[in-house]
Amino acid sequence: MSGAVPLLGGLDLAGLGPGLPPLVCLLGLLGVVAARRRPNLREGVSLATAGVNFALVLWLYARHRAGETLAWEGFSLAPGLALSFRVDALGLVFALVASGLWILNTLYSIGYMRAHDEPRQTRFYACFALAIAAVMGAAFSANLFGLFAFYEVLSLCTYPLVIHAQTPAARAGARKYLTLLLGASIGLLLPGLFLVYHLAGTLDFAPGGLLAGVAAADGTLVLAFLLLVYGMAKCAALPLHGWLPAAMVAPTPVSALLHAVAVVKMGVFGVSRVVFHVFGPETMARIGADDLLVGVACFTIVVASLIALAQDDLKRRLAYSTVSQLSYVLLGVGLGTGAGAVGGLLHIGMHATSKITLFFGAGAIYLACHKTRVSELDGIGRRMPITLTAFAIGALSMIGLPPTAGFVSKLFLVRGAAADPAGAVVLAVLVASALLNAAYFLPILWRAFFRPLPAGTEAGVHEAPWPCVLALSLTALGTVGLFLGHGPLLDLARAVAHAAFGGAE
Amino acid sequence: MDAQLPALVIVVPLLAALLVPLAGRRAAWGLVALALLLAFAGCVRLLVRAHALPEGEAIRYALGGWAAPVGIEYVVDRLNALVLTMLSGVAFLVALWMRRSTAREIRPPAVTGYYSVFLLMAAGLMGITITGDVFNLYVFLEIASITAYVLIAMGRRRQALYAGYSYLILGSLGATFILLGIGHLYMATGTLAMADIAAVFAREPQLYDSSVIRTAFAFFTVGLALKMALFPLHGWQPGAYAEAPSATSVFLAATATKVSAYALYRVAFTVFGVRFLETGLPVVRDALLVMACSAIVVGPLLAIRQHDLKRLLAYSSVGQIGYVVLGLALHNADGLTGSFLHFWNHAAAKGALFCVAGALAYRAGTTQVAALKGLGRRAPLTAMLLTVAACSMVGVPLTAGFLTKWYLARGALEAGQWAVIPVLLASSLFTAVYAWRLLQLAWFADEDGPVAEDVPWSMRAPSLVLGAACLVLGVAPLALPVAQAAAEALL
Amino acid sequence: MPDAGGPLLPPAGPAAAVPGPAAFADVLGWLATHYNYAIYILLMMIGLYAVLAKGNLVKKVIGLNLLQTAVFLFYLSIGKIDGATAPVVWTDRPPGAEGVPYENPVPHVLMLTAIVVGVSVTAVALALVVRIREAYGTVDEGEILASDEAQEEAESARAEAQEAAADAAGARE
Repeated sequence: MSGAVPLLGGLDLAGLGPGLPPLVCLLGLLGVVAARRRPNLREGVSLATAGVNFALVLWLYARHRAGETLAWEGFSLAPGLALSFRVDALGLVFALVASGLWILNTLYSIGYMRAHDEPRQTRFYACFALAIAAVMGAAFSANLFGLFAFYEVLSLCTYPLVIHAQTPAARAGARKYLTLLLGASIGLLLPGLFLVYHLAGTLDFAPGGLLAGVAAADGTLVLAFLLLVYGMAKCAALPLHGWLPAAMVAPTPVSALLHAVAVVKMGVFGVSRVVFHVFGPETMARIGADDLLVGVACFTIVVASLIALAQDDLKRRLAYSTVSQLSYVLLGVGLGTGAGAVGGLLHIGMHATSKITLFFGAGAIYLACHKTRVSELDGIGRRMPITLTAFAIGALSMIGLPPTAGFVSKLFLVRGAAADPAGAVVLAVLVASALLNAAYFLPILWRAFFRPLPAGTEAGVHEAPWPCVLALSLTALGTVGLFLGHGPLLDLARAVAHAAFGGAE
Repeated sequence: MDAQLPALVIVVPLLAALLVPLAGRRAAWGLVALALLLAFAGCVRLLVRAHALPEGEAIRYALGGWAAPVGIEYVVDRLNALVLTMLSGVAFLVALWMRRSTAREIRPPAVTGYYSVFLLMAAGLMGITITGDVFNLYVFLEIASITAYVLIAMGRRRQALYAGYSYLILGSLGATFILLGIGHLYMATGTLAMADIAAVFAREPQLYDSSVIRTAFAFFTVGLALKMALFPLHGWQPGAYAEAPSATSVFLAATATKVSAYALYRVAFTVFGVRFLETGLPVVRDALLVMACSAIVVGPLLAIRQHDLKRLLAYSSVGQIGYVVLGLALHNADGLTGSFLHFWNHAAAKGALFCVAGALAYRAGTTQVAALKGLGRRAPLTAMLLTVAACSMVGVPLTAGFLTKWYLARGALEAGQWAVIPVLLASSLFTAVYAWRLLQLAWFADEDGPVAEDVPWSMRAPSLVLGAACLVLGVAPLALPVAQAAAEALL
Repeated sequence: MPDAGGPLLPPAGPAAAVPGPAAFADVLGWLATHYNYAIYILLMMIGLYAVLAKGNLVKKVIGLNLLQTAVFLFYLSIGKIDGATAPVVWTDRPPGAEGVPYENPVPHVLMLTAIVVGVSVTAVALALVVRIREAYGTVDEGEILASDEAQEEAESARAEAQEAAADAAGARE
């Protein structure tokens, strides 16, 4: 059913342009609900939606490369409040990463949910579809209101995913998740929105920042900046990171979705939007917001890594690693140099691919061996060689070693920091973080590959169901692949940096 | 026919109210629905006509052919056309919805009487809205009130009797204040027609300094604040909403207090005039601002602690009426637009929520919050309705509630009332807390036991229309031009 | 009371902010000519007191009636003109009646309506009181509330237990 859309897209639907991906995902949602009594069809619809969605994003990318301006006016709710969509380089970075990984995540979900025989799967897939619709909408939103609206929708529609198991632990985690995210967005982001509108009289993103020519006291602008950045608690800047580990109670495909692809990236994407298209680099530098952002990011990177070191639960360790890695993106866009921005934006894609591999791996270990603690992983590399190899690739990428994706983005970050006058501190933080990452990932690999299996465990290879293994192998391959060929992402990130800082990189 | 429309929208329900007791039970229901459908169609037509007129003009209808200062005049302008459409639309939907619900909650011999009183109340509320004469306003107010006392007291439990009685005492007190206000106004101006009083003020602006006029305005404000349950004068409301039969609750909660709020707007802006608000008695405006803000915060806070769904929703209404009054206190175009949007937005959301409570009463025989458990599996459509309406109450973007808050926030910033912003945000947070509690039970409580069926379609369909309105009004700019035009017309 | 033989009020000095004898005389004069307004205010206060303070539901209704009556008196007072005649249309006006002012009939008409409204409200109120007496066996507000409270308490305790069970309150960290 949704497959017909790109065919029609050549006709009148093409005018919808960037509005198409969210609409297709909503159609997918209806399809999932309609097929609720036939699991095969339902999962088929989910997978097809993910595929069509990715194809649409690629189509938009191709047309954007060809130099077309793609926009859809959407609908106006009120003067100054419109759901309108536009394709630009920054949005495409996020949309490409999210829609591409979405396919694999759906594949993995099908394997995971079936192997576990989970209840309430229709609700699960429906919320999944709504979540990707929100991500697509946010990526292509042409104004801050659209971003805010889809940000909220994503918070709300991932709540049923987090609470999925409905056990007391899941309830507690989900409660914390929603309290923090919703509290921050109502208490900080919304007033930030009011303030920006009050100052600028518009919410439409502008290349040099919509607040660029606005006469306002520096203090007011800094306040607006802080409200927006901390309001987007999804970027998990300390101290508003607590929701992220709490949400680890969710089933693993959800954790992968939340912590690698959609939710956290929505946060850092939102902050990038704020930096580039709400404030603009010049205003950022004038009011000192860039240094503020770098400071917050450095603090988060180091402290979250230290916390990760102390975690025994594998998923919790990954969660704190995510908190720390997200701030690489904040750091990059905050540096105020072209190379820094490129590094930060690349890290959206690089981190997503590597971290989703790690989560898939953790989920596969749980599925096959029911182990969740780092201390239980002795010798597991021999039982699950494919999974652990993939996991190792992901871990190397987190540390930033070649030949993995993480190396590329960190290289740009180092170059960006070197160009910054106060770069020494940032460089020190980057080095320290790499060491800390090594300190909490390498012991896992060492245990898995070099320690003997505990006595009494049967030997022999025992992997998770094939869709899961397939998905995590593909993401691991992707992690290496992004090291070798990161062309489109790099081009897009360069385009953003070029628009913001001119030719210098 | 078209020329007689302002009278017909009142007269048709009024006449039908007389005919209903003569008809059989089924025919009576058909008559109610038909009368209200006709009234709704008439109101939509009036809305269109009022907007076709040039700015500042209104449809004027002299009742019985007696021209304005002597006779009673009905006036339809952009503001009350909006309220009339809301009123008759909700009344029609509730009429469709209530057949099965009243059959279960009202003793069979009393059902036709209930229908008749219901129609009278709808006619009374519409009369308050359409009239251009202050004393006629009082009379319609009493018609709507007396019928409301009766409709509330017909609740199943004995508490309904006492709730009806309390409302009667406080409501009559409020009405007496309003009557005194009218008396003082008449004393100073010598006329009762709103347009005529406004003309007197325009001729003799020194009247604004007269203590008689100020007293009149104070009486109006206190009396109407009592009728609209503006915090801290809300004492009668939770009991009344909670104990009334479900159909009464839906209709009352969606419309009644807002009509009183409309009356305050009408009196303040049309009768006393914008200039009086600005210069005459600023203390009343400040008092209204404080009362509205307190209501906005305290209402949802009190709602959090309730165990009965209808009582919870009633406290939430205490907060929501604050939004409707806030625009008057902010006194600028954006603030007024926000409040006028809320006439429709709140009617849709609160109507839908009370429909959920009614569905609960219909299926489970109780309106305890705990009975929501497992609703998502038993009655997914009703649970979706609850979800959408609750989101609109919180003010989630893309629902109707967000637009209200957006415009009120803009109005507050424009008026330099920065303190209103935290009030709006705190209220959203508190509302989120109780909405979350309801949704948690409906969707995420462990459900065991058999899957019960949803309420019949005759109840589901009208309530889903209200739920859909929460979404449509949030995305499509339907209400906005109407509300903006109304706001501009007043200023 | 001040000393016998002393003045009832302090003498009017230039600095005295309190009303002097002259002002007091004004008040007396106003009372003498506008005593109906004084009575209306007094009646209203008595009615308001009864409505708010009395526990007996019937007495509250009586208070409401007093309140309404006070308003009637107020309206009739504002329509009153000294020395005026009833506003009757004469077909054959007696000689000398031309130019005689007549009283304003509008307040009377309004009060006719208000009386009807008042009677209706009283009727509904009394009907409710009768039903309340049947349901509760008392017309005392305190007893009714106590009786309801006992019932509600039992119900809400049950509801709370149910909800806690449903929501698995143990989930809190």
